[in-house]
Amino acid sequence: MYETSYQRPTSIDEAVKLLGDSDGEGKLMSGGMTLIPTMKARLAMPTSLIDLRHVAELKGISFENGRLKIGGGTTHAEIKADATVKQHAPTLSYLAGLIGDPAVRHMGTIGGSVANHDPAADYPAALLAMGATIHTNTREVVADDFFTGMFETALEENEIVTAVSFEPPQAAGWEKFRNPASRYAMAGVFVAKRADGSVGVGVTGAGNAGVFRWKEAESALGSNFDGSALDGLSLSANDMMGDMHGSAGYRANLVKVVTKRAVASAKR
Amino acid sequence: MGVEGIGAKVLRKEDRRFITGQGRYTDDMSVPGMKYAAFVRSPHAHAKITSIDASAAREMPGFIEFLDGQQLKADGIGNIICGWAVTSKDGSPMKMGAYPALADGIVRYVGQPIGIVIAETQAQARDAAEGVMIEYEELPVVVNGPDAMKAGAPQLHPEAENNICFDWELGDADATAKAFENPAKVIKLDIVNNRLSPNPIEPRAALGHYNSAEDHYTCYTTSQNPHVARLVMSAFYNVAPEHKLRVIAPDVGGGFGAKIYIYPEEIVCLWASKRTHVPVKWTSDRTEAFLTDAHGRDHVSDVEMALDANNKILGLRVNTVANLGAYMSLFSSATPTYLYATLLSGQYNIPAIYANVKGVYTNTAPVDAYRGAGRPEATYVIERTMETAARELGMSPAEFRRINFIREFPHQTPVIMNYDTGDFEATMEAAMKTADVAGFEGRRQEAKSRGKLRGLGMSCYIEACGIAPSKAVGSLGAGVGLWESAEVRVNPVGTIEILTGSHSHGQGHETTFAQVVSQRFGVPVDNVQIVHGDTDKVQFGMGTYGSRSGAVGCSAISKALDKVEAKAKKIGAHLLEADEGDIVIENGEVKVAGTDKKLAWHEVCLGAYTGHNLPDGMEPGLKEGAFYDPQNFTFPAGCYICEVEVDPDTGVTEIVQFVAADDFGNIINPMIVEGQVHGGLAQGIGQALLEGVNYDETGQLVTASYMDYAMPRAWDLPMFKVETLVTPCTTNPLGLKGCGEAGAIGSPPAVMNAITDAIGNNDLTMPATPEKVWNAINAVN
Ligand SMILES: Cc1cc2nc3c(=O)[nH]c(=O)nc-3n(C[C@H](O)[C@H](O)[C@H](O)COP(=O)(O)OP(=O)(O)OC[C@H]3O[C@@H](n4cnc5c(N)ncnc54)[C@H](O)[C@@H]3O)c2cc1C
Repeated sequence: MYETSYQRPTSIDEAVKLLGDSDGEGKLMSGGMTLIPTMKARLAMPTSLIDLRHVAELKGISFENGRLKIGGGTTHAEIKADATVKQHAPTLSYLAGLIGDPAVRHMGTIGGSVANHDPAADYPAALLAMGATIHTNTREVVADDFFTGMFETALEENEIVTAVSFEPPQAAGWEKFRNPASRYAMAGVFVAKRADGSVGVGVTGAGNAGVFRWKEAESALGSNFDGSALDGLSLSANDMMGDMHGSAGYRANLVKVVTKRAVASAKR
Repeated sequence: MGVEGIGAKVLRKEDRRFITGQGRYTDDMSVPGMKYAAFVRSPHAHAKITSIDASAAREMPGFIEFLDGQQLKADGIGNIICGWAVTSKDGSPMKMGAYPALADGIVRYVGQPIGIVIAETQAQARDAAEGVMIEYEELPVVVNGPDAMKAGAPQLHPEAENNICFDWELGDADATAKAFENPAKVIKLDIVNNRLSPNPIEPRAALGHYNSAEDHYTCYTTSQNPHVARLVMSAFYNVAPEHKLRVIAPDVGGGFGAKIYIYPEEIVCLWASKRTHVPVKWTSDRTEAFLTDAHGRDHVSDVEMALDANNKILGLRVNTVANLGAYMSLFSSATPTYLYATLLSGQYNIPAIYANVKGVYTNTAPVDAYRGAGRPEATYVIERTMETAARELGMSPAEFRRINFIREFPHQTPVIMNYDTGDFEATMEAAMKTADVAGFEGRRQEAKSRGKLRGLGMSCYIEACGIAPSKAVGSLGAGVGLWESAEVRVNPVGTIEILTGSHSHGQGHETTFAQVVSQRFGVPVDNVQIVHGDTDKVQFGMGTYGSRSGAVGCSAISKALDKVEAKAKKIGAHLLEADEGDIVIENGEVKVAGTDKKLAWHEVCLGAYTGHNLPDGMEPGLKEGAFYDPQNFTFPAGCYICEVEVDPDTGVTEIVQFVAADDFGNIINPMIVEGQVHGGLAQGIGQALLEGVNYDETGQLVTASYMDYAMPRAWDLPMFKVETLVTPCTTNPLGLKGCGEAGAIGSPPAVMNAITDAIGNNDLTMPATPEKVWNAINAVN
């Protein structure tokens, strides 16, 4: 790890100011579960670490006006265990409980995960499928517009993810096919039957441009919410990611298999 | 058996310090004035170094010194050696490519050390190492063994034409050719044994400390054999003379073979300490470990087996290309030759065997012994072939093995080994019963109704432990003898210290060795202290690898105990005024058999040290040493049965049952043996399903972290069903065979036989990743 300095703001405004003062060389740190390993591998060298863990505005889970809202600083373990999340979005709670290992779940946060947009991160698939909104210190962005590419988001300089919110789906299923080494998703599919009856299918770990919605599957499932609705469909290997753990063709197959399983679990 | 003697499930004495975080590893060691090292390593798999410029690094905070191969050479530090000279079939010696501890103008694998930076802190050392500017002229690269022998392949060493280090053979070529003249059937198979990274949980580390006042060197290091390290560093590398070098291997967090070898880093840290007048500590990070710890396996073989009309094996012919990596390592010549081809007879009567092994250089990390070392490769060849043969013959794999089993002992194989004892039918029957092989077809049908493909695979392994009779290995090219030494020091109060040349890095010696003593004198294990891992304390030793600590290390202890026992009996007889032949020592007492005359053990010990009343002419004290040189290898054997369910939609394999029936000879501590089997199985299953070192064609290591190198986790493994059967080893005093590697040796073919059975396609390589299995399923549908 290169030398860096550590800063501990207690408000969003202070964090934004510290970030601005760093001339683009500082980095926000939420759970640190992605950032710290990257720094240890000497792949990132921020001059300062601006720790968001003591910013109260980023905490908290609420259900108001039919929307579940989760603060950006909420850890995976909190989302897994929280009664409000369990009541309104049990599948998201289930998803959180399958991220990484206990240490990662107790440190890593939904805000960090969303801002980082790792092409194999789990929450982005769920947020796309549910049609969630990402809240920042300056605006609200719908998930479809937020996740713009691999490790890329609509976030601008000095913009902080403060929360995510969504209208809980009627039913949802999450199925994760793990990479045998990293145990991140090689194909993770979140299927949501939204309140308006339409279906969202968010896919992570497989696409060559990061998380994506499988629109053909959404419309097929919209008219028949059953795995058999996917029988005639296929994904193009050209849109998939290929690596030593699985070729693009294999991933295209996986997405379909995993989507069917996610639908089956949503129906249970 | 006593409650703490041989055969008792004594809880591990060492676990208190390990599980409370109080183990003391090399990286925990600290000496006054100590500074930190980082190595400058090659980013290229093959390149000429055209310039090295450390001027920017020298200006960086905390910088103390930068040293490279020029200074190393000037100081006369010797090249890395290989301790076993293998001779090619044309009679020529193996072709060693020069391997300086810091590169001399050319680099041949990614991660090869070029220089060392010493700085005030570890972070500063790493920063400064990045500040060393090196220019390279890149050279063409080859990473795959068979490719390296092809005409026009990049050449690594001027010494080794076509990159061939040795072209070695074993067995009778003519007799084997004859066996193939008129067989009823020939089974052919191409076999790849995947390259593995050993992954001990504690990475390698070294702390070199030169004391100028005494002109004395101390090296703390992560070694499985500190005396061998001292011997090699003094005799071959000229780092320090043997009597002025102390090597300490404190607690060591796993080795699996990777910590046998003497690597560039410990040599350079010691040498650099003298050069810079500060103690120098280096600790590997995980990526350095992936890049530079000696890898294991990496064989490509073709196999032919000839059968007669009664399905008996007539002959076996094996051609293997062993990828050695860029340079030879300490035992890398022996691993794919004498530790491999000598086991190709397996558990079977095979009248004629011929093996040819070509050891080739490639632009990859050196390859050497890794848990099992040669025997997993041999077992994989023979057991995949046996199962394939049975399938092609339409016979049950058990029946085919049964008619070919060796049943009379001792048995001389055509490939050097002489098996002293065993009962292969017994372990197979036991495993088949536990695995309910009879009920398998029903389970297969039931799985089919759920859309799953269920398969059963068997592996009947034999391996050789207790390396090894010194005279025999000497005649085969070993540079050292492979005996073991022990000293038993009985204190005046009757407590006992055992100084052993074996080294524990997870095996539980502090418990099992104490049990051997407890068995002998009836003293509690808590009164026995095991001392190991320090060349200043222990007389000498060859260390721990090849499952030799029981068969060889404990035999040395047993021999020393014989001497102590004899002297204690003499003293007891004298004090009790009895005949020496009537004295027995048990339950902590020295007794006259058949009477109530007795002394407490500690009274006799005290008597030995006061010397007030000893037999005339007897020296005081109670301390004896022994060197034990084994008569033969030992031959653990057993049968493993794996049952899998494959998901045809994804290619995912689930191991639904794994049964192990092992014959390790006598067992000192069944719980520790079970643990060794569990660990070995996890590594073997890891090899079969998950693990594989992967270099791209430019020689970059793709699997350089756990993001890409798939280690087995608990959830990949079933609850193992393990049992042991006993035919005691006939060639050592305790009847021990060894249990440390069997799990890793026997399990890969069992898993692969099961998966190929499930999917109906035999064409599948390890690791059987979901994608490979899915492709193999689709290929037959
Ligand atoms: C062993 C391991 C296994 C893992 N497995 C999984 C898995 O299976 N599935 C999965 O989804 N994830 C996995 N992760 C990643 C984990 O979920 C991370 O916690 C998460 O991706 C990042 O969250 P964080 O809070 O740790 O962010 P950090 O590491 O602190 O930050 C990540 C990036 O986001 C930026 N950032 C952080 N917070 C904000 C914010 N509020 N606004 C704007 N930018 C911000 C940071 O500057 C940084 O660039 C794993 C991680 C590890 C170490």
